[in-house]
This record gives sequence, structure tokens and C-alpha cells, in this order.
Amino acid sequence: MNQWAFVLAAYALAAIATLCLIGWSWAGMRSAEADADAARRKR
Amino acid sequence: MHGYANPARFLKIARPVTGWLLGAGLLLVLAGALGGLLVTPPDYLQGETVRILYIHVPAAWLGMAGWASIAAASISQLIWRHPLAAVAGRAVAPVGATFAALCLATGSIWGRPTWGTWWEWDGRLTSMLILLFLYLGYIALASAEQERGGEGRMTALFGVVGAINLPIIHYSVLWWRTLHQGQSISIAGGSTIAPELLWPLPLTMIGFTAVFAAVTLMRMRADLARLKVEARLRRSAAE
Repeated sequence: MNQWAFVLAAYALAAIATLCLIGWSWAGMRSAEADADAARRKR
Repeated sequence: MHGYANPARFLKIARPVTGWLLGAGLLLVLAGALGGLLVTPPDYLQGETVRILYIHVPAAWLGMAGWASIAAASISQLIWRHPLAAVAGRAVAPVGATFAALCLATGSIWGRPTWGTWWEWDGRLTSMLILLFLYLGYIALASAEQERGGEGRMTALFGVVGAINLPIIHYSVLWWRTLHQGQSISIAGGSTIAPELLWPLPLTMIGFTAVFAAVTLMRMRADLARLKVEARLRRSAAE
């Protein structure tokens, strides 16, 4: 059993999960703040 | 501390801090991960799989710290009705759930070559799985209460009651005979891990914690912006 395969799988999973979480939250924040700015300007 | 519960004051601090926390956190995680993968020696007993420790331990810490934050925010919401408490609880939940899931997944990947099994229904693993289910329940409840236009008091109560699971996770290795090893690091009693294996761990611990905080701030900012738009729409409809 190659132990490095398990190590790399764990690191890859952590990297993908962390980057997806950051990307999802960043996009949500940018879009919500842009909507709030647009609503303020419209008023 | 109560002064920062004001959304305007909070945003004034959160806006510049988010990017710095994220950048510093990612750099520390990268340094710790590279150190753990390329510099530290293999363990005499576990071999190369010991390197999974550098991501598994921070994920476990953040899964538990996330729920502790939810419990603190919930108490603050129930007692002082802080306007930011419900926002903070809702923001932390998906982040904490991600780290709890990551803890279970990396633990399982470590368990296969080390214990010879992907999963075992022992005290530590089962209580951590319950924590993940609690997160999912909290997210569903918060979303349902928000859709109904409620104040989120049921969600806050769930956040406080769910904290009972935290000491169970922590002491599970002492209370029951588990396959999971006992505590290797403690604030009071030092560490049983060799220093040449230990040094990348504080880097990934602090780094992932900073990333967790940055992502939580992003989600709080998004929630506050959404609430602002909804309030504006309600005001224009009333005029």
C-alpha cells in the first residue's frame, strides 16, 4: 500500500474544499455588496 | 465588545481586515503544508501518513471551535438580542460544517492505511459525525426561520443545546475505549509529538484559523448587504 497516495489524497481534498469555500463566500459577498450599492444608488 | 455588535461599526473594521486575514492565513497554510509534505521526516510507526496530521488536526479544531462560536453567538442573541449575533451564527455554520466534514474525510483517509479501516463506530468518530449532522440541522433551521421572517430564536436555542456535544467529542477518548488515539497536545502539558514533526502544525493551525475567520467575515458581510437590500425594498414598498 503506497502511503503517499493517501497523503496526497488528503491534501488535495483539503485544498479543493478550502478553495471552493473561499470562492463561494467571496463571490457571494461581492454580489451581495454590489446589489446593496446598486439599491442605494437607485434611491 | 458590545459596541462592535453595531453593524456599521462592524463593517468599518471587517472590510479592511477580511483580505489581510485571508492572505496571511493562506500563506501560513501553504508554509505549513509544504513543511509537512517536504521537510519533516516520516514517523517511525505511522510512516508517511503522519503528514495528514497537519490538516486533520486544524480541521478538527475548527469544526469544534465553529460550534463554540455558534453557541456564544446564540447566547448573545438570546440574552442581549445583539443584531449581529444571528448573522454571525448563520455565517459560521457552513464554514464549521466544511471543516467538520474535512476532519472526518482526512481522518478516514488516514485510518485506512493506519488502522486498516475507513470507518469505525467509536466514540470520537461518532461524536464528530454527530457534530456534522448538528451543523446541517442548524443550517436548515436557520434558513427556514429566515424565510419565515422569524428572529432566529429557535435556531439560537439549537445552537446552545448542540454545544453539549463539544465536551463529549473532547473527552470521548477518555470516557470510552476508542480506536482513536488519546490527546497528543495540550495547552498545559505540552506535546508527546517529537519537535521535528510538530513544528508545521502551529503554522497550519493558525493559518486555517485565519482563513476560517476571513471566510466568516465574508459571509457576514454578504448577509448584512442582503439584509440592507431587503430593508430598502420593504421601505420602498411601504412608501
